[in-house]
Amino acid sequence: MADLRTNFAGIKSPNPFWLASGPPTNTYGQVAKAFDMGWGGAVWKTIGDPIINVFSRYGSVDLGTTRMMGFNNIELISDRPIDDNLKEIAEVKRNYPKHAIIASLMVESTREAWHDIVKRTQDTGADGIELNFGCPHGMSERGMGSAVGQVPDYTCQIIEWVKEVATIPVIVKLTPNVTDITYIARAAVKGGADALSLINTINSIVSVDLDTFAPAPSVGGKSSHGGYCGPAVKPIALHLVSAVAKDAQVKIPISGIGGISTWRDAAEFIALGAGSLQVCTAVMHYGFRIVEDLIDGLSNWMDEKGHRTLADVRGRALPNVAKWEELDLNYHLLAHIDQDKCIKCELCWTACEDGAHQAIRRLPRANGGRVVEIIEEACVGCNLCAAVCPVQGCITMQHVKNDDAPVSWKDYLAGTGKLAARPAQFHTADWAPSRK
Amino acid sequence: MGDLAQNFADIAPPLTPDYALLEANQCLFCHDAPCTIACPTHIDVPAFIKKIATGNLRGSARVILEANPFGHSCARACPVEVLCEGACVLNDRDEQPIKIALLQRHATDQVLARKLKLFEPGKTTGKKVAIVGAGPAGLSCARDLRRRGHTVTVFEAKPQPGGLNTYGIAEYKLKADVALAEVQDILDLGVELKLGVTVDSLEPLLKQYDAVFVGVGLGKTKGLGIPGEDLDGVVDALTFIEHLKTHPYHETRVGKRVLVIGAGNTAIDAVTQAKRLGAEESTIVYRRGEVDMPCYDYEYELAKRDGCGFRFHASPKRVVGNGRVEGLEVETAQGRETIPCDMVIVAIGQGARTDLAWPKNDPRVFVGGDCANGGAEIVNAAAEGVQAAKRIHEGLSRR
Repeated sequence: MADLRTNFAGIKSPNPFWLASGPPTNTYGQVAKAFDMGWGGAVWKTIGDPIINVFSRYGSVDLGTTRMMGFNNIELISDRPIDDNLKEIAEVKRNYPKHAIIASLMVESTREAWHDIVKRTQDTGADGIELNFGCPHGMSERGMGSAVGQVPDYTCQIIEWVKEVATIPVIVKLTPNVTDITYIARAAVKGGADALSLINTINSIVSVDLDTFAPAPSVGGKSSHGGYCGPAVKPIALHLVSAVAKDAQVKIPISGIGGISTWRDAAEFIALGAGSLQVCTAVMHYGFRIVEDLIDGLSNWMDEKGHRTLADVRGRALPNVAKWEELDLNYHLLAHIDQDKCIKCELCWTACEDGAHQAIRRLPRANGGRVVEIIEEACVGCNLCAAVCPVQGCITMQHVKNDDAPVSWKDYLAGTGKLAARPAQFHTADWAPSRK
Repeated sequence: MGDLAQNFADIAPPLTPDYALLEANQCLFCHDAPCTIACPTHIDVPAFIKKIATGNLRGSARVILEANPFGHSCARACPVEVLCEGACVLNDRDEQPIKIALLQRHATDQVLARKLKLFEPGKTTGKKVAIVGAGPAGLSCARDLRRRGHTVTVFEAKPQPGGLNTYGIAEYKLKADVALAEVQDILDLGVELKLGVTVDSLEPLLKQYDAVFVGVGLGKTKGLGIPGEDLDGVVDALTFIEHLKTHPYHETRVGKRVLVIGAGNTAIDAVTQAKRLGAEESTIVYRRGEVDMPCYDYEYELAKRDGCGFRFHASPKRVVGNGRVEGLEVETAQGRETIPCDMVIVAIGQGARTDLAWPKNDPRVFVGGDCANGGAEIVNAAAEGVQAAKRIHEGLSRR
């Protein structure tokens, strides 16, 4: 039976699934219900001087029949009095001593303001503090949120102030709206952060109404850029988590955030170094109940693979995240079409012909049927046809064993490696007549 | 005649893995889902479908079988059009409902294919329960009692367990291999099964066991009460169907022109299977009208697609023939008519059991399935077996 117990920077929770700071962690009632349903921890909706929100605040991106595969918000931090939030956090901790409760904080960038809020928060018995250096709208215009998180020196300074009075772990939440997140991560480490959480939301405009020319979410016909999240952002989050996890100067735990909807998503974050997971958008879409399959699916997978604890999975993919110049230029892949499974939609042909290397040929058959075949001399093994094929297992990328030793770009530049033969290049003007 | 086995192939073949994933992702994942409410065993349908979508097939099968020990057969035989699929909210969006039955089959097929062990017997309590009848009601009760650690002995009169799952469900819906594999999964929890044993009194059982569950089903098909019904070629539907389910298809005698009396779901099973066995004409004769038929609409459609005929407002009065069936005399609005036929299948419903009585007010005696509800579906039997196990356990825990 897989053991999902988690100790994240000294914060214990029965499983690694935490609610991220946001609308689902706004009130005692919500967090208590979530814990009753199985969540291991929760990061409270960011506490600071109460703000005033606009009414219309969320935008959504659908894809085909999939609703809300991307989501954004122009909401601000908590609009509830600080004392109400702190009182409720204390109540949660009293009633759920074994669950992790973390207070997310954002105040103006002065030592006094931070000392005050940290001391008041610690009186609640909370397990940890998360510093919100990520809100990309509204708060950033006031010198808070991502205005701090985009500047290493500000990040470092505020953490130092916090650590002057903090007696519980300090987690720093990073914004992805930067050129290189590792600089911010290192600044956070320098300031004394005990852990990092990433990512916060990505700057976005989800859509433009073509009748009113109003961006969404429309506030009387106008909008502001907002923070993008949901399943759409997972790949960006995975990259940034891996970059921070691999950075030699950052050795503190990482809480992974960004489009986690299923247990597989969670496993991917853990494999790239996450010590806990934070979920918000999927809960806003489907409710707290999703935690049941997060736990059940992850446990069943771990049992099947023989991973007894999360430590057996954490970071296992990191050694495989290489610099591009280290990749093997001689690792030869060729696309293969299983003609028995092929349904003749020809999506692979059109993708390869127009969008890649013209390495598939169409062959009409005498009986009116048709077939598509890989032109092996031209196929570079790019994976595009496999990506577009709508039949599982029909197109597979197969490793072509050759006698050539691995050669990276570094080796090639140094003259120490022998490149294997490359696929033929065809100029389409020459090729076209014979391909009709 | 063609290949008879082909005529009894699955009418609802399994989904391909691609299709299952596509369909599972169409489910909206409702809260307090109408499909779950409609299911008599209240399987958490959105949860099991979501688990198919996330690739947690083991978890999906567990959700199903936890609530319904007969999830395999229900996926094939439940009248989902009037239960979960009929309740699906997509109907209100003017779309096809989610293929819940096929998705349930997709998940539970994994259990059989991969021989997954999802449940274990509980720590032995020392309490003993006797179960009369190894059908879905009795074995659902047995499964949940074993999970709670009670010792269970099941008494079954027939040579094989499964009740109507083995002996009565239409072949094109459920064959014995799946019915028996499903039963075996339950027996593997440590249920003692005594086959070929008829219980005609509960007295000795009540002396030896701490509680008794009665799941004996209904009795024989009711008689027509008309002259000639004992002629050669007149058979009751249960006997006809049981024979074709327990012998090679070509060994079951079927006439060229078959008449089936009755219009319930069993009558439909009889008329379609007679056609599929090779009858040239297979026709239902019903004393009331089309709108009065008690069978499900989709069963009526199935019989029509099979090319079966329907005679309404024709009340059977006499079976005619010289030693063998040659016709059925019916009373219609136009007067008497003799319909030529060489086989009559009687499907006018089963009577209650007369070979076993059980006390109504003994707190140690529990009842479920067709013998308690008057004749319903597998899922109702399963639900009643599961509920009885819970009440039995509560009673045993108090003593």
